[in-house]
Amino acid sequence: MGRRVSAIAGAALVLDEPLSLWGGIDPATGEIVDGRHPQRGQRVTGRVLVMAAARGSSSSSSVLAEAVRAGTAPLAIVLGVPDLILAVGSAVARELYGIHVPVVVCPAAELVRIRTGDRIEVDA
Amino acid sequence: MPVALDDRDRALLAGDAGSGTAFAMRLILLAAEGLGADRLVPIVGAHVDSCLYHGQATLDFVHRLAEGGTRVAVPTTLNVGAVDLLHPELWRGDATAAARGRELMAAYRDLGCRPTYTCAPYQLPFARPTVGEQVAWAESNAIVFCNSVLGARTERYGDFTDIAAAVVGRVPHAGLHTDAARRATLVLRLADDVPAALRTADVLYPVLGMVLGRRAGSAVAALVGLPGGVSEDRLKALGAAAASSGAVAMFHAIGSTPEAPTLEAALGGQAPDAMEEITLGELRAARDALTTGEGGPLGAVSLGTPHASLDELRRIADAMDGRRPAPGVELLVSTGRDVLAEATAAGIEARLRVAGVELLVDTCSYLSPVLRPAAGIVMTDSAKWAAYAPGNIGREVVFASRADCIASAVAGRVMVDPGAWGGA
Repeated sequence: MGRRVSAIAGAALVLDEPLSLWGGIDPATGEIVDGRHPQRGQRVTGRVLVMAAARGSSSSSSVLAEAVRAGTAPLAIVLGVPDLILAVGSAVARELYGIHVPVVVCPAAELVRIRTGDRIEVDA
Repeated sequence: MPVALDDRDRALLAGDAGSGTAFAMRLILLAAEGLGADRLVPIVGAHVDSCLYHGQATLDFVHRLAEGGTRVAVPTTLNVGAVDLLHPELWRGDATAAARGRELMAAYRDLGCRPTYTCAPYQLPFARPTVGEQVAWAESNAIVFCNSVLGARTERYGDFTDIAAAVVGRVPHAGLHTDAARRATLVLRLADDVPAALRTADVLYPVLGMVLGRRAGSAVAALVGLPGGVSEDRLKALGAAAASSGAVAMFHAIGSTPEAPTLEAALGGQAPDAMEEITLGELRAARDALTTGEGGPLGAVSLGTPHASLDELRRIADAMDGRRPAPGVELLVSTGRDVLAEATAAGIEARLRVAGVELLVDTCSYLSPVLRPAAGIVMTDSAKWAAYAPGNIGREVVFASRADCIASAVAGRVMVDPGAWGGA
């Protein structure tokens, strides 16, 4: 990921399995609540959320926008494959609240080298 | 490749039709870029799921979208909301949440959408696009039905992009809007050990859908080995399950769906990437995985996910045949308000009410707090309900045929007949 003046940097939270934000996080707290997800109980707030792929319902657009509104959203989301549902949620939140949570795609070979806690810089 | 815009697209983007419509156009352009579309194409209708409340942001969005007098550009139906507006007494949740859910449902109606509040718009004569027509539909079961059973063309629209497409009247020229993405790349054949009786039983179809979703993922599969002319209600159950266990947005059932008169037609004259079999053992395992709890008393039976058709309501009334659920067992059927109106006119609603059946419209019993808080297992004939209810509303589920569900409601205990499954 290139360096720019308008970059967002934070600590990575690497998900072991894809997560559907709808039913997967509680936007009131930023906590992972999907009972079947191995990282249930961790908070995405203020982290750079890293996952190979997003999963699930289109309502994840709304959940991301609501998390941005509530101040519980990740700083940025890094995916191995493009995801329109999250990109739309991010665009709507930026329009409504002026807060930008970049959703970016990273080549899979680079993505697998990221570890939870690594400092990640994302183009904003 | 940049998305080519015409004069109308550019005018909407510039705000000529108001700031809300310009916002919608920006979202459609974002989708077009994401999907790699070369241009936008006009649609003849839309089905919108954004009217289900997911927090204050969903209200903030629709209010921003409405700025400047925004109206939908094409006939648009609405998916379920949070609340049954016709039977508000069924709501058992927090009053503030109900008020917000209602406010959102009304806001979408005020954009010019038709207040259908159903996940089965394809049951409504005024909302059925025909083969080859371009539309923008949301709600996974409606998307798969639209593409597969109606032969109309939609991509996977969802929150925010569905209403944006309805307002703009255009969608990205990409994905399932184009011929190339609609041909089957996977062939799934029912193995010889699947009994003939099971192939003509309602209960096969939701279970087969679960297998289809897992096998196909987001690919288009052709199903071989079903009888010809499978009913719309069975294809509804199949598609809804496939869209919950996988990301299926289209399938072909050879001899039943319009783009699959033959396997060769479904394949578009090309060879599939893979040809696989589905055995009786895999179907039984998928059936069993839908049941999360065997023990404990029967608390409720939930039918009508996706929303029951008029024919399904009639069959439920016939099956009850004047009997009532056992004391302590709730029998709840979800349907759309327009189908309920037809059922009322046909005398079916009265028969269901006499039989002690509760009817829910405008929402769904796995989204809305409507089931009695009593403990106990819930039985359902819907694979989609069985897949989502344990996580959403925390109830244990037994999946079974509609006949078993109704017999169990009357008996007051879980009764499952494995007859159609070859006895196991």
